[in-house]
Amino acid sequence: MPIPIYILKRLLYAVPTLILVSIIGFTLMRFDFDFGTYQIPWVDGKTHTIALAIKNPIDPLSELKSNPAITIEALREEEKRLGLDQPMHVQYGLWLSHLLNFDWQAPMEGRWHEFFQPNLGLTFSGEDVATLLIQKSGYTLMLNVIVVLLTWLVALPLGVYAALRWRSTTDRLLTLFSSVGMAAPSFVVAILMGVFVVGTGILPFGGLFSEGSEFMTPVGQVLDALKHLIIPVLVLSFGGMASIQRQMRGNLLDVLQAEYVRLARAKGLAENVVIYKHAVRTAVNPLVTMLGYEFSALLSGALLVEIVLNYPGLGQFIYQAVMKTDTNTVMASLVMSSAMLVLGNLLADILLKLVDPRIELN
Amino acid sequence: MSGKKTNAKQTKQASLTVGRDALLQVFKLILKDRVAFLGVLILAVLYLMVGLADVIAPYGEQWSDRDLANAPPTPIYMISESGGITWPYVQRYERQFDPANLEYSFQPVIGEIHPIQLFVHGEPYQFLGIIPSDIHLFGVDAPARLALLGFDMNGRDNFSRLLFGGQISLTIGFLSLFIAFPMGLIYGGISGYFGGWVDNLMMRAAEVIMSIPSLYLLITLAAIIPSSLSSTQRFTMVVVILAFIGWAGFSRVIRGMVLAIKEQEFVEAGRAIGLSNFSIIIRHILPQTASYLIVALTLSVPGYILMESGLSFLGLGIVQPDASWGNMLKEAQSIPNVLYAPWMLMPGLLIFLAVLAFNVVGDAVRDILDPKSYIRN
Repeated sequence: MPIPIYILKRLLYAVPTLILVSIIGFTLMRFDFDFGTYQIPWVDGKTHTIALAIKNPIDPLSELKSNPAITIEALREEEKRLGLDQPMHVQYGLWLSHLLNFDWQAPMEGRWHEFFQPNLGLTFSGEDVATLLIQKSGYTLMLNVIVVLLTWLVALPLGVYAALRWRSTTDRLLTLFSSVGMAAPSFVVAILMGVFVVGTGILPFGGLFSEGSEFMTPVGQVLDALKHLIIPVLVLSFGGMASIQRQMRGNLLDVLQAEYVRLARAKGLAENVVIYKHAVRTAVNPLVTMLGYEFSALLSGALLVEIVLNYPGLGQFIYQAVMKTDTNTVMASLVMSSAMLVLGNLLADILLKLVDPRIELN
Repeated sequence: MSGKKTNAKQTKQASLTVGRDALLQVFKLILKDRVAFLGVLILAVLYLMVGLADVIAPYGEQWSDRDLANAPPTPIYMISESGGITWPYVQRYERQFDPANLEYSFQPVIGEIHPIQLFVHGEPYQFLGIIPSDIHLFGVDAPARLALLGFDMNGRDNFSRLLFGGQISLTIGFLSLFIAFPMGLIYGGISGYFGGWVDNLMMRAAEVIMSIPSLYLLITLAAIIPSSLSSTQRFTMVVVILAFIGWAGFSRVIRGMVLAIKEQEFVEAGRAIGLSNFSIIIRHILPQTASYLIVALTLSVPGYILMESGLSFLGLGIVQPDASWGNMLKEAQSIPNVLYAPWMLMPGLLIFLAVLAFNVVGDAVRDILDPKSYIRN
């Protein structure tokens, strides 16, 4: 299957998946089952009334109600928009219709940016969810992309190095390092890094921007953000590097046993050519398959690290929303995070096709 | 009739002994591997300590001395006032307030010496849940306190709570696994065996669960646990939630294996003698996945331990007043706290040790049972 058609197919498959994700999320946040009341005649002659209903303990507007900056009218409007007085499936329909808010006139009149404007409601603090969601998932995406790049750039060579010097002291040290990296919980590493940074004061701790960074020059702002990124990137890379280094080492060790490597050596190819053109090329493939899985683990790991390091990403966003029973934000972030995951998996599969032409896309 | 019965019984026994032998063999091989042996040793010590928490901990899980809130670990002295070496003793500490700096400090009361005693009478408890006892492995006399890892913000003994918290943190993973694994096994087994649209539909459903980043789903699920639940109910809910996250990925692997196994002749034979589909799946196909199961089991425990600690760390899993390693680390979430009280990181160290040990043992088990495995994590 040609790559563009494959991408199209996968994107079409993603739609029902995301809808199911949103249904799961919605059921969790807004479940309200009423199976009716039943009159059951009992052996003692009396009739017992049994109500089979599961009430939802969550009030999605509880924070907004206690916020003095929100007017009663705005609250009523939000209540009506969510359809809180209606049954669950109607509420879900409303939610979906607000999400799929397309303006079909817009592209014809050249206003492309107004074509898709989902109305995701207000956060618990009364801000617009859609705006914040774009911003936060952008920050999380940026963090994860940097981490993936750094992890691969460092861990692959380390894995190759360890495999080529199998059972040397360096190999043993790297194995130890990767065992430690895989076992250390990311949030504990984040705390340790935080202690180090706060204790020595060499780097800023927490957040993504310094106070007053909006007055800096654009270059200054980027440098400032980069400085804030160092700690989260290091923390998240630590675990990832460990597993990739180990995988690469194991794969390469397996591949070096293969017949075609022996053949390549036998026909007199230079050792470097044998290793880097024949062996490493094949050994990388299983790792690319793992990339999608790694991305999933990374998003989850980032959630904890974002909270400890106060990084303004999607994980912190959904966590705060969960704590404040803010249904709007939880739904939006849940769907967004799984959209990112689905796209990440798709990217990994396409990348696999690119590095390994033997793979059949279907 | 009776002959058939004994025959069946004999085969059953035979397979059982083979299984036990194989397990023993695996165990012996693990013990030969020095690193894996160390892993087994660490796990044995950890489980023994949390198992005997009632005896080893000098205080109960909920015991507290409010006057000693946030006090550092009690220093243990071995040099007597006359300068000689004596049996280790502690001194009583008193909280003092410095009005100039607005600071609390803990100062020893000079002259009060309390030797550490072995097998002292202390808080009563039920040993193993049945035998009433009040003997603690070590402790000091009442006005003085012995806290190896200091006191938390409520004046509870961190060391004791670490042991009681370990009971939760080290078992919750296993309990979730015992729910997630059968679920994944049967789900993956049915899906792989029937194939076709059943397979397609079931795998789509499992993929939906897998296409949500696990921690995002986890905190959403945990958020709807009502706060009115008792601690046992809450514990059960956390177990169920963790299992709910875990079964999907596992079922997909099982399904892949079943797809390969069902092509083999013994399945055909089973069908030919008229066994039901269910019986073929449960009794003939799924047992073939046993060695993968054991490997996956040991390798997934650390994941569950990490998930529980992460969840409790966020305040959504096991909550106060119950202890778990995750929620004990919650106090370490503020960095200044850790700077002044580094012993607060102790639960983190124990999580790390437990996960490391499980990983090492799991790797060894995999190398023994499944030498050509592609799941090299």
